Amino acid sequence: MKILVVDDEKDMEVLFQQRFRKEIRDNEVQFAFAESGEKALYYLSQLNHEAVLILSDINMPGMSGLQLLEQIKQKYITPPPVVMMITAYGDPENYNKAMTLGADDFLTKPLDFNLLKEKLKLKING
Amino acid sequence: MLAEPFIAFFLLRDVRRILRNNGQGDAFKEEIKIISYGIGILFIAELIFHLEPVTKWIWHLLLFSIIIIAFLKEELYATKTLMYAVLPFAIISFSKDLFELISAKQYKFVDNYLDAASVFSFIWMIAMVFVSRKQQKALQKEHEKTQQEEEQKKWMTARKAELERIVEERTSELRQQKEQIESTLVELKATQNQLIQSEKMASLGELTAGIAHEIQNPLNFVNNFSEINTELIDEMKEEIEKGNIEVVKSIATDIRENETKINHHGKRADAIVKGMLQHSRKNTGQKEPTDLNDLADEYLRLSYHGLRAKDKSFNAAMNTNFDVTIGKISLVAQDIGRLLLNLFNNAFYAVAEKNKDINDHSKYQPTIWLATRKQENGIEILIKDNGNGIPKEVQDKIFQPFFTTKPTGEGTGLGLSLSYDIVKAHGGELKLETKENEFTEFIIFLPI
Repeated sequence: MKILVVDDEKDMEVLFQQRFRKEIRDNEVQFAFAESGEKALYYLSQLNHEAVLILSDINMPGMSGLQLLEQIKQKYITPPPVVMMITAYGDPENYNKAMTLGADDFLTKPLDFNLLKEKLKLKING
Repeated sequence: MLAEPFIAFFLLRDVRRILRNNGQGDAFKEEIKIISYGIGILFIAELIFHLEPVTKWIWHLLLFSIIIIAFLKEELYATKTLMYAVLPFAIISFSKDLFELISAKQYKFVDNYLDAASVFSFIWMIAMVFVSRKQQKALQKEHEKTQQEEEQKKWMTARKAELERIVEERTSELRQQKEQIESTLVELKATQNQLIQSEKMASLGELTAGIAHEIQNPLNFVNNFSEINTELIDEMKEEIEKGNIEVVKSIATDIRENETKINHHGKRADAIVKGMLQHSRKNTGQKEPTDLNDLADEYLRLSYHGLRAKDKSFNAAMNTNFDVTIGKISLVAQDIGRLLLNLFNNAFYAVAEKNKDINDHSKYQPTIWLATRKQENGIEILIKDNGNGIPKEVQDKIFQPFFTTKPTGEGTGLGLSLSYDIVKAHGGELKLETKENEFTEFIIFLPI
């Protein structure tokens, strides 16, 4: 399973690699990172309709996570990628907007990695 | 001699007149009145009862008495001329009667001489009275003049006193006004300080959410990496038990790297808190060598997150272009921080406002540009936004205190005014370039 993490904080890459080191070692997941919405779209365009799960931050300079979500849901119809939003601002406004745009899940920072792992397992197995 | 009662009568009248003219008023008025009546009665009695042989001595006595009293009395000094006029006549007239009484024979002999002298003395008397009257008139005029002058002087003194009173009144009014103005000025200065402080606090308030977010991110990393390290240490122990030295070494490297991350993010949070404190602290005005690029970058992010916290849907692209050759610059970091914060806040506000009015969001990307540039004798900081620009008619006003285009309650109108003051205090310049509906660019020049 490929997971694309989109966040403007570069250390998120190291954090995910450390947090999922066992899963990476066991080849359960593969991580890709993009530090902006634009780069994420570019990465997706390089993939050949490969199944991918996207974890995206909302607050990013330039294209926001919500704009990215909107574009992904419009462009990639088959197979529809799972997009989970992560934000420090867990306010209803952001949540509702993400849900209307078709987000599959909504997580708030600081990330609970155990919860995330469970959710990912459900998505992967389901 | 019939003339004597008349002379005495008119002499007394003249004395009165002179005294009156001389400003002595009612002096001897009563006495003269009584004597005048006395003369009248005696004269009538003389005519009816033919008492002349007796009365003529009374007339002589009366005339001499008047003359002597006039010479003796200090108050009658002014009548002397008159007395000199009458004196020869009085003496000659008295002499005639005296000679007549002593010896009729001899009287006849001197009679002719005495008659002539009598005529002369009479003429003398008339002439002298005439002179005296003229003198008196002149004196009267002089007296009137003096009186007039005195009255004028009195009037002037009164006028002067009045003027002085008016001046005094005005002066005290002015003094009161001055005191009022001074106290108003003191109040205004206090209010100004309060406003500046509240402006600082308002911009800090805007920042709080941004700061919280900025602190939250590094703290999340600190927590996450330290949790990972705990796990890694447990794993390392297991591997040591198993004797997998290579794996242990690899885990140790990871722990080491994570520690660096923890330290890095801890310092990041620390710097933000310090910056926040610096922003709210009273200005020390001390110039210190500062990394301007870092400072600008920090405030750009704080401003961005501050606006994001208020308007969740807002987003903007940030393009930075730092000139790394500028090195450290001596400046009052908290002041320049405030300046940058004001300009960034304005820039973000401008693009957010424009974004609200635009329906097709694919055509407009709100963008802020931040650049530093080394110049020959200083450095330039360029802050540009692609907001709605500043209309020509308000361009002159934007640096004035209390001028704001924001709705009431949203802006103090002090941001750019204070920014301008900060730049001036650094001996620099704050320039504006803008095109309506297209962009706004502030160029800060700071001399090195």
